[in-house]
Amino acid sequence: MAFTRTFMQLRPIIAALGRHKVATALIVLQVALTLAVASNALFIVSTRIVHLSRPTSTDEAHLFVIRNGWKLGQTAAQIDANISADLESLRHVAGVRDAFPSQGFPLGGFKDDIILRLKLKPDQKTHGQLVTFFASDGHAIDTLGISLVAGRNFRPDEITVSGPNEKMSPASIIVTRSLADQLFPDGSALGKTVYLPDGPAAIIGILASLQGPLKQSDRLDRYTVLVPTHYLDPAGVVYLVRTDSTAMKPVIAATLKALQERGGVRIIDLKDGIVTMAQVRERAYAEDRSVALLMSILSGLLLLATAGGIVGLSSFWVSQRRRQIGIRRSLGATTGDILRYFHAENFLIVSGGILLGALLAFLANLGLMHVYELPRMPLYVPLLGALLLWLLGQLAVWGPARFAAKVPPVVAIRTE
Amino acid sequence: MWGYYVVLALRSSARSKALTALVIVLLAFGVSACMVSYAVFRATTSDPLPGKSSRLYVPLIDNIGPSYNYLGEPNETLSCMDAMALWHAHKASRQTLLYPTKWQVESDNPSVPAMTETGDAATADFFSMFDVPFRFGSGWTADDDAQHATVAVISRHLNEALFGGQNSVGQEIRLDGQLFRIGGVLEDWNPRPRFFDLGDDVRPFDDVGDIYIPFTRATDMKKDSTFSLCPTDSQAFDESNWDAYLHSECDRIVAWVELATPADVDSYREYLRHYAAEQQRLGRFSWPPNIRLRNLTDWLTFLQVTPRASSLSILVSASFLLIVLVNVVGLMLARFMRRAPEIGVRRALGASRTAIYRQFLVEAASMGFVGGLLGVALTLLGVWGAGALFEPNIARLVHADTSLIALTVLLAIAATVVSALYPTWRAAQTQPAWQIKIN
Repeated sequence: MAFTRTFMQLRPIIAALGRHKVATALIVLQVALTLAVASNALFIVSTRIVHLSRPTSTDEAHLFVIRNGWKLGQTAAQIDANISADLESLRHVAGVRDAFPSQGFPLGGFKDDIILRLKLKPDQKTHGQLVTFFASDGHAIDTLGISLVAGRNFRPDEITVSGPNEKMSPASIIVTRSLADQLFPDGSALGKTVYLPDGPAAIIGILASLQGPLKQSDRLDRYTVLVPTHYLDPAGVVYLVRTDSTAMKPVIAATLKALQERGGVRIIDLKDGIVTMAQVRERAYAEDRSVALLMSILSGLLLLATAGGIVGLSSFWVSQRRRQIGIRRSLGATTGDILRYFHAENFLIVSGGILLGALLAFLANLGLMHVYELPRMPLYVPLLGALLLWLLGQLAVWGPARFAAKVPPVVAIRTE
Repeated sequence: MWGYYVVLALRSSARSKALTALVIVLLAFGVSACMVSYAVFRATTSDPLPGKSSRLYVPLIDNIGPSYNYLGEPNETLSCMDAMALWHAHKASRQTLLYPTKWQVESDNPSVPAMTETGDAATADFFSMFDVPFRFGSGWTADDDAQHATVAVISRHLNEALFGGQNSVGQEIRLDGQLFRIGGVLEDWNPRPRFFDLGDDVRPFDDVGDIYIPFTRATDMKKDSTFSLCPTDSQAFDESNWDAYLHSECDRIVAWVELATPADVDSYREYLRHYAAEQQRLGRFSWPPNIRLRNLTDWLTFLQVTPRASSLSILVSASFLLIVLVNVVGLMLARFMRRAPEIGVRRALGASRTAIYRQFLVEAASMGFVGGLLGVALTLLGVWGAGALFEPNIARLVHADTSLIALTVLLAIAATVVSALYPTWRAAQTQPAWQIKIN
């Protein structure tokens, strides 16, 4: 009932708007621009939130990383002995659950020695599958807090020795499920042999999930391989340490003290030699967080500004039309009729703006795709934006409309 | 007369407080959003070498070919062979080869523990080409390059740590165990962006390194760059065979040449093309010459040094200001139209159209001024809070200064006056007779 009455009013509304062409056009333009900008900005936010919310799948709350540099002039054998001695003391520090040595860590960023290509056949001519890897031992799975969905962990006798200038040819590797499914889509990865640049390796275990050192590349960061090797880089080693409790400060201090007992062989930068996974995550995603935050704040301001503008102009229209409203009231229009009039009018104007705005939003998206390599904006983003603006318009006009509905009929015969 | 218009503006603002406040607050937010974004943008797009950036060029030669390069672009560094060839050809007035390195530093000072510091291996022209300021001593000479001299230039910061800030020229330090004589100590030098050795682990807004030594000596010491890209499956190379590594197609060296005139640039480009064609003829390249020669400004643009957060925020805040202006046009229109009777009376009493224009534009400008003042406060707040909004190493570059504050107020006034143009024109069209008759 109310709907048909509102509908009947549309013609006089349109006629009335025709008398305020410029003001109407201004609101339409404003709504259109707001929709175009806000939907693109919020779309950018959503793409960044996807990054931010991507888990490393590790037990981040209990993990920290020691970047341990070696003093120069040590042989590979000495470094191997250092690592074994360090692990022995690290694993016995009170509060440490487990630890393992590697050459990288999740979200640690790009280095020369974190990527590999895996081939399915030894004589494969095409590039192998690009993956990232962590040097590991039998403690890696427990330290990272990840889980095997199939197969088994490394045995101590499977741990090899390798280095930046030495061949890495383990007999076995453990891969993530994403990578297993990519290499063997039929799900038969376990037990299969793949070919590292330096030789074949059997897949002995499949991990539920583990993020590699890289971020934001849609799939590569999930194609992670654990290689059973002590990676003897003369530059340094990375120790990943898992603690029992989330209070890591005392444990970090204790591990540092334990390592300094053989301090002559190493250099640990006091500033950023030791970082918790939480800090690693914060640094890795600093740009995403910044973009998401900025775009959200600006979109919020934008919507508020538009709402403010609608309130301002609607109030002005109401004050201009007091006489007209009085006449309608004295001819029998109820307060509800007046309320509906202004809400319907606002709906019409905002709808005009939304039509124009959706077009602008897609044009802007095309431009952004070109400049910032953004994906195409899905249709539901401007639709959601449109809903938001309709709602915002109705809310904004609510105050002025109530004010209009309160105009008494007697205004019609009063000269102001 | 102008003062009188300002008084009129104040009086009319007092009559419609809510509308006035709305316009001022909208303006303040729109302008300050723009100015905060601009403060970040100017910090991230600043020219690291004003006056010189158009003369410094980065030559690139595609030595990996279409099967390894990305979208046809040569790698962003040169192979050692190509870099040495350019170096020996000496076709530019000044040229430098460099790559970022990491050193273990020890001194005779027992109270300073061994530490790891970064820096660059470079050739002698590095310091003069990039206007690097010295506190003590100087850089090394081309002769030192030729002699593979063990001379080092250290930063002021490292000099503080090792020598307590004293003039340490002539003293010695150990880099990776090798003794080096200190030839110079730099003044504080931290160009933004760090343009000269950008790579995978050198990011544009990182601090520059602390140690500079001759390229030739670093190569003798088998010192690798902190990044290198090799056209192999693993993108790495067995560096234990150093000589083979030097003759490999691994890209890791940044070259800079100084070319003063467009003619020099053309002939250098021609030289590069000729060099690449020669390599193709010799069978080393199986693809036609694919070279680039970009000046510093274009180089930074190509590397997309400006963070996305910065350029996106300036884009969105400019749109925000535009929307605010559309809004202000509407609100001004309402404000001015409401005063049609007043305009009618003023016109009837002899005020010209010009006088009406003047009155309403002054009114707009005064509102803009107040909006600008509030905008300055919000801008300062935004700059102060930049640390929460931007990455730490970008946020620390952002600062407010007089020019930013003046620009904020000016932008607010200009924006308001522009958006008041149409409403003022409408106000000036008011027919005095019509207004007086109604009332």
